[in-house]
Amino acid sequence: MKKYDAVIIGAGVTGCAIARELSRRQGRFLVLERALDVCEGTSKANSAIVHAGFDAQPGSLKAKMNREGSLAMDKLCEELDVPFRRAGALVVCLEEGRLPALRELYQRGLENGIKGLSLLTGEEARALEPNLADSVCGALLAETSGIICPFELTLGLAQNAAQNGVEFQFGTQVTGLKRAPEGWTVETSQGPAECRAVVNAAGVFAGEIHNWVCESQLHITPRKGEYCLLDRTAGGHVSRTIFQLPGALGKGVLVTPTVHGNLLVGPTAADIPDPENTATTAEGLREVGEKSGWGVKNVPLRQVITSFTGLRAHEAGDDFILGESAPGFFDAAGIESPGLSSAPAIGAYVAGLVEESLSLPKKENFEPIRRGIPKIASLSPEERARRIRETPLYGNIICRCEQISEGEILDAIRAPLGATTLDGVKRRTRAGMGRCQSGFCSPRVMDILARELGRDLSEIRKSGPASQIVWEATRKGGREA
Amino acid sequence: MSIERDIVIIGGGPAGLAAAIAAREAGVEDILILEREKELGGILNQCIHNGFGLHTFKEELTGPEYAARYVERVRELAIPYRLSTTVVDLRREGDSTIVTSVSKADGLTEIQAKAVILAMGCRERPRGALNIPGTRPAGIFSAGTAQRLVNLEGWMPGRRVVILGSGDIGLIMARRMTLEGAKVLCVAELMPYSGGLKRNIVQCLDDYGIPLRLSHTVVDIQGKERVEGVTIAKVGEDLKPIPGTEEQFDCDTLLLSVGLLPENELSKQAGVELSPVTGGPKVSETLETGVPGVFACGNVLHVHDLVDYVSEEAAAAGRNAARLVLEGAPAAGKPIPLIPSGAVRYTVPSTLDPARMEGDVIIRFRVGRNLRKAAVTVSAGGRELLRRKRPVMAPGEMEQIALKKEWLTGGETEITLDAREEGEET
Repeated sequence: MKKYDAVIIGAGVTGCAIARELSRRQGRFLVLERALDVCEGTSKANSAIVHAGFDAQPGSLKAKMNREGSLAMDKLCEELDVPFRRAGALVVCLEEGRLPALRELYQRGLENGIKGLSLLTGEEARALEPNLADSVCGALLAETSGIICPFELTLGLAQNAAQNGVEFQFGTQVTGLKRAPEGWTVETSQGPAECRAVVNAAGVFAGEIHNWVCESQLHITPRKGEYCLLDRTAGGHVSRTIFQLPGALGKGVLVTPTVHGNLLVGPTAADIPDPENTATTAEGLREVGEKSGWGVKNVPLRQVITSFTGLRAHEAGDDFILGESAPGFFDAAGIESPGLSSAPAIGAYVAGLVEESLSLPKKENFEPIRRGIPKIASLSPEERARRIRETPLYGNIICRCEQISEGEILDAIRAPLGATTLDGVKRRTRAGMGRCQSGFCSPRVMDILARELGRDLSEIRKSGPASQIVWEATRKGGREA
Repeated sequence: MSIERDIVIIGGGPAGLAAAIAAREAGVEDILILEREKELGGILNQCIHNGFGLHTFKEELTGPEYAARYVERVRELAIPYRLSTTVVDLRREGDSTIVTSVSKADGLTEIQAKAVILAMGCRERPRGALNIPGTRPAGIFSAGTAQRLVNLEGWMPGRRVVILGSGDIGLIMARRMTLEGAKVLCVAELMPYSGGLKRNIVQCLDDYGIPLRLSHTVVDIQGKERVEGVTIAKVGEDLKPIPGTEEQFDCDTLLLSVGLLPENELSKQAGVELSPVTGGPKVSETLETGVPGVFACGNVLHVHDLVDYVSEEAAAAGRNAARLVLEGAPAAGKPIPLIPSGAVRYTVPSTLDPARMEGDVIIRFRVGRNLRKAAVTVSAGGRELLRRKRPVMAPGEMEQIALKKEWLTGGETEITLDAREEGEET
């Protein structure tokens, strides 16, 4: 049986952040993930926001981690080559009677130690964002709020961890935890692994895993949030993230540009029993559409290119659960919003506890830099021409909507923790993320995956092991891949 | 690399090929076709069913056969083309248009063109644009993607299939999947009528006993990793699902044939004004867009149902581009707007300039609802220029009429094209 210093359960943004921090230390580390790729759960389906940090209850772990995570984000994204922009945010107030609550939010932000906050009148807010609703009568401006690519952040953390020696095992479901002489035996669908410490970063499943081994039980409820993503032509509708202050109508939805230039609206919030239920609903999508109009006018909902559902791991105590919950068992549980914003801080904090507990010495040759795939289409014509001269496949466009080349797709497949699925290629390169939603490029990407991985087309998956795309060759016989 | 060409044609499908041939036959030597696929022929290469070319060649050809006739002619005329070459930018600079392309073979190339013909075709509307609720598993394909997988790659994307939308590709794929051994459970269509050609409904659905459910839509998709089921429901006159009418199908595949969208991202980059109705450029009677020297034809201009008319339209665009290159811009008069009226949704062209007209101008249009015993009229300033009877008109079938120069006095301020049923109020 393989022996590790620490096994991390879950390759979402939290697990990967902890893995990357641990990889600064000497030791043998393993990340177990039931999906076939990183970032397949909550981390892939959220608002893609780095929150400024004014919202959380002062004194809570959420407040601390959000503030520290946001502060660490610039350097981290620089090191990991992750798209991140401090676009700013506005919390808009739609009723005069709620202005005191807006001031309260501002005060809470100050108490949380958040810089760059100011209160604006409705006119001042509309001067910044001309598409704000006429009913906006006041707003809290948070200059440090940011937008980020959650997938690139997770992948960047994971690849950098892998560069520094962390092992990743995908398609591996953890089925049990047993006490071992020097720690734990982690039982999985692919056989057991032994380790000195277990880190529980299993998202909506973290409660179940915690409750296997701890006296005090966690109650994590999947909270479903539905979103609509709009075409890039709608991306400039607002230039900052627009939140609504809860009012007489209830809680609204946010309207935000994404770091890739699309417009995102959502989420709804509904507690559900099934941690696997990521279906969208007619009511949910209708609600997103309606509520998006509360704070922002004329949201061009006809430009929707896709909709999706994310599940937040909501813990009954409404705070993150971070720490050693049983000897050698470390929780990073209840990680809902602002979990993405907090990831750098959670990573450092939890890894710190593990390092201390295991007395792991520092690694002298830790490499903090990870380079992403070049974004060929966004280069200047001269630079693009030069890159294509060096690597001609950068000139062979596969995804026409996002102008993604065969060279970039090969980079995504051949990199450490490379893509093995259609969705894996999509998230790494954006091939298939555009307005045709992979209608044109999916057969081509499937061909490239089949060729690179030495598989035939029926062995190529969309995401999970059962997500087969084509069944069998046609009667006249399929072309060999 | 920087080069110059008289005419650059973006797209080597049926429109681009016909435009190139016509431009060469009109006397322009210096032409370049840019095609993003590995072969010329465009979408016709995956349309292996027959029924193409009845109008042009008076015989029934398959898509690849129809394309081959034009490809052979392009080769005979030695018109240069570049394959696996994608145009990534289009912009106006002074009196010429700059086309930027990339390819593995030629790298990044900037081409300065006297005239550009847009012939990029169209794409399929995806699931997301319809906001169909449910899961997001494998097994949801646009009909054209499924067609490519079956006909070009040789792989079956499904065994038990529900099709949403009765556009022509969906109808053709219902038959194709059936012939390949899949079971097509039903075709659901949101509207009370099909968007496809009548002959396709008969030959692709009726002949195989595949039910067409008009006024129905998909209200839920099930299956975590691969489609496991689809729920359809009847819709009311407001096109909203009626609760209680849900019907469940156990299937592994949902094909979408819910509309085609002209692919005009490049046109927009160049500042070409688009019609909100067609999604294609607004053009004059020469098929020139609002940007001088930039012409458009085929499905990038407006979605056609018969390729014969694509070829015809594209040839006109090729001739007009050639005329511009050889003779310079013709002396312009005052363009007259063409106004759609009654059941007519749009016209191509949307303006015409009698001073520049040479002989007939073909006006292509579609109606927005089914009409019986209809009349199409063209009028200007209260004067009826043309009246044609049509026993049936349908949204799925493109219509055309020829407008003669001699009918116009030159004093018109607008021309109205109307279609309505006999006795229907104006």
